[in-house]
Amino acid sequence: MSSPVIQIKSPEELAALRTKAHAALDGDSVRIVVCGGTGCSSNGSKDVFAALQAAVAERNIPVRVDLLDEEGMQNLSMAFSGCSGFCEVGPIVRILPENYFYVRVKAEDAAEIIDKTILANETIERLMYKDRHTGQPYARRNEIPFYANQVNVVLTECGLIDPGDIREYIGHDGYKALADSLYNRPPEAVVEEITKSGLRGRGGAGFSTGLKWSLTAKVPGEKKYVVCNADEGDPGAFMDRSVLEGNPHAVLEGMILAGYAIGADEGYVYCRAEYPLAVQRMRIAIKQAEEANLLGDNILGTAFSFHIKIKEGAGAFVCGEETALIASIEGMRGMPRPKPPFPAQSGLWGKPTCVNNVETLANVTQILLKGADWFRQYGIPKSTGTKVFALTGDVVNTGLIEVQMGTTLKDVVFTVGGGIRGDKEFKTVQIGGPSGGCLTKDHLDLPLDYDSLRSVGAMVGSGGLVVMDEETCMVEVARFFMNFTQQESCGKCVLCREGTKRMLEILEKIVAGNGTVDDIGDLEEVAEAVRDGSLCGLGKTAPNPVLSTLKYYRNEYLAHVVDHVCPAGQCANFKTYSIIAEKCKGCRLCARKCPVGAIEGEVKQPHVIDAAKCIKCGACLDACRMQAVVVE
Amino acid sequence: MTQAVLDRPTGQERSFVRVQEIIQECGASESALIPILQRIQDEYRYLPEEILSYVATVLDISPATVCGVATFYAQFSLVPKGKHVVRVCDGTACHVRDNRALIESVRKRLKITGKQITSDDNMYTLEIVNCIGACALAPAVVVDEQVHGQMTGEKILKLFNQIDAKDKEAEK
Ligand SMILES: Cc1cc2nc3c(=O)[nH]c(=O)nc-3n(C[C@H](O)[C@H](O)[C@H](O)COP(=O)(O)O)c2cc1C
Ligand code: FES
Repeated sequence: MSSPVIQIKSPEELAALRTKAHAALDGDSVRIVVCGGTGCSSNGSKDVFAALQAAVAERNIPVRVDLLDEEGMQNLSMAFSGCSGFCEVGPIVRILPENYFYVRVKAEDAAEIIDKTILANETIERLMYKDRHTGQPYARRNEIPFYANQVNVVLTECGLIDPGDIREYIGHDGYKALADSLYNRPPEAVVEEITKSGLRGRGGAGFSTGLKWSLTAKVPGEKKYVVCNADEGDPGAFMDRSVLEGNPHAVLEGMILAGYAIGADEGYVYCRAEYPLAVQRMRIAIKQAEEANLLGDNILGTAFSFHIKIKEGAGAFVCGEETALIASIEGMRGMPRPKPPFPAQSGLWGKPTCVNNVETLANVTQILLKGADWFRQYGIPKSTGTKVFALTGDVVNTGLIEVQMGTTLKDVVFTVGGGIRGDKEFKTVQIGGPSGGCLTKDHLDLPLDYDSLRSVGAMVGSGGLVVMDEETCMVEVARFFMNFTQQESCGKCVLCREGTKRMLEILEKIVAGNGTVDDIGDLEEVAEAVRDGSLCGLGKTAPNPVLSTLKYYRNEYLAHVVDHVCPAGQCANFKTYSIIAEKCKGCRLCARKCPVGAIEGEVKQPHVIDAAKCIKCGACLDACRMQAVVVE
Repeated sequence: MTQAVLDRPTGQERSFVRVQEIIQECGASESALIPILQRIQDEYRYLPEEILSYVATVLDISPATVCGVATFYAQFSLVPKGKHVVRVCDGTACHVRDNRALIESVRKRLKITGKQITSDDNMYTLEIVNCIGACALAPAVVVDEQVHGQMTGEKILKLFNQIDAKDKEAEK
């Protein structure tokens, strides 16, 4: 929703607006929040929102139309928020102040929600989240194990506020850190506070943010830049997307603060093209902040000016790497260049540039609002604060989670994530995407933080956590990631360009059942060479999935090449599908499901699978109700 | 918008008026090259060669530079795309939730084989992409910028039928 143009000329005016907006948000009024994140939207949350609005109108319930509408102060209010994190059970409807939490809501449920929950304060059990094993229903959001075990620093306002109304952000202490810093803290003190907080970059490498800022601040130069890295190319990760969509102003405020701290007057947000909603929300937020005098020339009446532009990526993973990203903003092919010089010394158009990730910048705002000591109470001494992870794959509760740094893998997968789907066994977690590594059952007690993960050959990376069950073949996992990096290698340096190709060839050979023991040795050798000799982070980390699967699952590689079996039963070439004639009733269910038409037979007669056509996708196995399809 | 452009004459006679407008809006500098190409692709559904040369001339950079950028980024296409673009995600989360059968159903429905990505009637282009950020709803598909989560072979066939029906309706 949009808000009227507001103008703020001083910290006092900001404080006055904050008090008003806070009172409005916190008043006695009931607030219905419908999740408008990408996940819930794709499941029809817009229709749910419209149906709720219609139901409210039909009953003539007074609604507060505008946040600061004095007359409507005690009335019901409605908001369409950003991502609430629990995408699996969307569309989500949250009702405040009770914090009731309804899941899988349909437009048809709207009338009942209004009549029972809003008008009679009765909860509706059918719409509550229920424990998968015990069936226990949870009425309130914070009682649900998925949320109860999270700690929110960055995601607090996502799924709570309307990202399209700057006043709601201001009502949640938004831009207070900026006003305080501009008026009461010299730039060096801002850098000092960030350094003290121990914040490390959330974009992958985990470099100290305070140190990066002080380096950039010290480089002499009139013109400097701040770049917000919102490229998020790691497949299986959507943290940055959700933050941009759910609370864009928090990222803007972090960027402006970074600009103030390092002495920059211009910033760029580099957002991947696959995130149109994030770009749209960011554009609106920039416009509102400019109108409100919180961005642009002479911010809040001070001498400090800062401008922000958005650049959309065009689909290249390597552009997440900071030097490639800079080349891309300049309008060139997004190829990395050797470091040093680091962007802090010579970045965008040769000027000192500070590149920070979305989540890093959102943390900055919170640290400068609440203090470094407050931040340090979360996490562990060397990895302070929280980390947002995208929990996906074969886990019960998929979604966006935020936990303290140093939370164990077990707590993430089993307590927050609710364990493995379909009651299968946990096998592995792939963390950090194509640059990361895998964690096994033996690592369940491992704390998730920068240094512990590095010590076992994995990394926090951007925060993608893909859980895989016992039916996962680790050689295939390595092949999958190598296929990705090989395609995304920009081709500038030989080791990465050729090395990823060779590794992919070997992995394909093993997965196809033609590998030999020598191939494993070759694979290891190439992997080490690529790791040690590539130009940028993409090549240096590309062998990680290979090296870590070789380290922890060497047996599986050997089984493929020596015994010619795929222990997980995944690799198609080791499988044949057939139909047991005695069990087949000729119902044609499998034939209809087969995507390649490989199953033939007359109705009510036993069917057969044409091995030459079969692509071994397993659709027939899932379709058959007679257990007539078998795999060997 | 797009239909009107396609109806325009091709080749030599193609009007560069719209391209000129785009260049003006984005700013005629090399740093605006990527946004310019993005806008042109929005308009034409691909990057026609003669337009690339035109852009190079206006920005005063070599055609090789423009072509280099156009081929580097996955988003750009030098051949026309179908009317509807279907992006099936093959990112990690979607891959793990088994999207193979889904991809095969789409290929079968669109009757595309081998390296072909656009259906013979130019109605659909199938792109296999890496992560669209809807990983919690894997397997995910984007059809004409609309995200659809928890997709199955059956659900996507239904979707195709709906799109076809809508197109027919519009023709009338
Ligand atoms: C191949 C590659 C891809 C990367 N992708 C991203 C990305 O998508 N988002 C991001 O924030 N950082 C990414 N990085 C890390 C950036 O280079 C850079 O370290 C980071 O943006 C710095 O911000 P931070 O200090 O706040 O983490 C990538 C690095 C490499 C080598
Ligand atoms: S992996 Fe498919 S949407 Fe992210």
